[in-house]
Amino acid sequence: MKHGALMHEPEDDVAVVVTDVASGTEIHAVTLEGKEICSVTAIEDIPLGHKIAVRDIADGKEVVKYGRSIGKASKSIKQGAHVHTQNLKSVRWA
Amino acid sequence: MSEKIKLAGYRRENGKVGVRNYVAVIPVDDISNAAAEGVSYLIRDVMALSHPYGRLQFGDDLDLTFDTLIGTGRNPNVAAAIVIGIEPKWTQRIVDGIASTGKPVAGFSIERYGDLKTIEMAAHKAKEYVQWASELPRVPIEAGELTFSAKCGESDTTLGLASNPTIGRLLERLLEQGATAIFGETTEVTGGEDVIADHAINDSVRKEFLDTFNAYQDFVKGTGADLLGSQPTEGNIRGGLTTIEEKAMGNIEKMGRNKVTSVLKPAQEPSGPGLHFMDSSSAAAEMVTLCAAGGSVLHFFTTGQGNIIGNPIIPVMKISANPLTVETMSEHVDVDLSAMLRLEMTLDEAADKVQESMYHTINGRLTAAESLRHNEFVLTKLYRSA
Repeated sequence: MKHGALMHEPEDDVAVVVTDVASGTEIHAVTLEGKEICSVTAIEDIPLGHKIAVRDIADGKEVVKYGRSIGKASKSIKQGAHVHTQNLKSVRWA
Repeated sequence: MSEKIKLAGYRRENGKVGVRNYVAVIPVDDISNAAAEGVSYLIRDVMALSHPYGRLQFGDDLDLTFDTLIGTGRNPNVAAAIVIGIEPKWTQRIVDGIASTGKPVAGFSIERYGDLKTIEMAAHKAKEYVQWASELPRVPIEAGELTFSAKCGESDTTLGLASNPTIGRLLERLLEQGATAIFGETTEVTGGEDVIADHAINDSVRKEFLDTFNAYQDFVKGTGADLLGSQPTEGNIRGGLTTIEEKAMGNIEKMGRNKVTSVLKPAQEPSGPGLHFMDSSSAAAEMVTLCAAGGSVLHFFTTGQGNIIGNPIIPVMKISANPLTVETMSEHVDVDLSAMLRLEMTLDEAADKVQESMYHTINGRLTAAESLRHNEFVLTKLYRSA
């Protein structure tokens, strides 16, 4: 398996890692069709199925997955960071 | 391809087609569970569907209990039904609701007899039904004649990537053949409700869906609580889902490219083929019980972290693409789609794999949940009783 993460849409801010990823590991993010979008180095451990930021995301900015907003960054998120409840919040039931 | 597999099922008196052949004993109320279970202990292959409600309910909540119990008895997987209640009137109401299918059904009430005489009378009838049902043959059927349902549970990010689009693809094929399908989960589509609305077959279905969706959002607000902490669940969060918007987008992949034909009340039977949205909870056992009451004969249950639910009257197929789950909980998983995450299996190949497993399930092979005795029968309670 050459890829380490999958992306729903090429413009997404996050990719889903398909194995446990250790901090410092470089992974390739590809679309479901297998098209390589980018490579990114994890800056912290990220468990299987969790999201990695493929680019820097500013505090308060919408986070895009599926080509649409899935909530807002509650702090600034660095490329390669684990994106989860500590830095991403719903805008629906906030 | 396995398209050639010949399917066989049970064609009921009203023309509906089932894939199982149960004799069910349905208690009208909580205090009749003991008698229903008494019958099931005495007579082989008779199943008591015990539940905790049915007394002092009123209004919509009472109607939903009736609709669920009647719908369960009407389900084409049920060959015949025995209804046992504490008094005759509500018992007869459920008997009448089931009887219009033309299938054998009989009611017994406990007052003026006591449990033991009731069990004796009901057991005689159950014995007669089960001997009759045991001789019913499976006959040739088509997948397009069936009603299916789909819901996910203990979801994680693998559902949006793999399992749910696979079910969407399979439902596209089945609906193309004339099948009926039910999905729902009113709160769990929050953040993707516009996508469902855009799939509505016409403006009136679109409005009905949005009204149903908004009514539930208003209900939640009216309680003064918020759903944060419940949706996403702790299991979802462990699996990498962060927000309800993210969970919803994965959830609704199950629709595929199908149009939403109608909006159903909880437990309501669809009036025709196509994909139908049922107003329902996302709690697995409640939702699958409502789908079965609405006439689903086979449920596609996609899971990420490993929900283990089953149902007493319909087979629940468990589909997972999470490699950790399929490894650590393999006894619960009917179809392993983890190769999709490795990009070693395309969407169509995955749909083929689920379809093949579905053919076997239709023809009588027990699902993981059936063989593990997962018989969750859970009524949806709308509010407290009088």
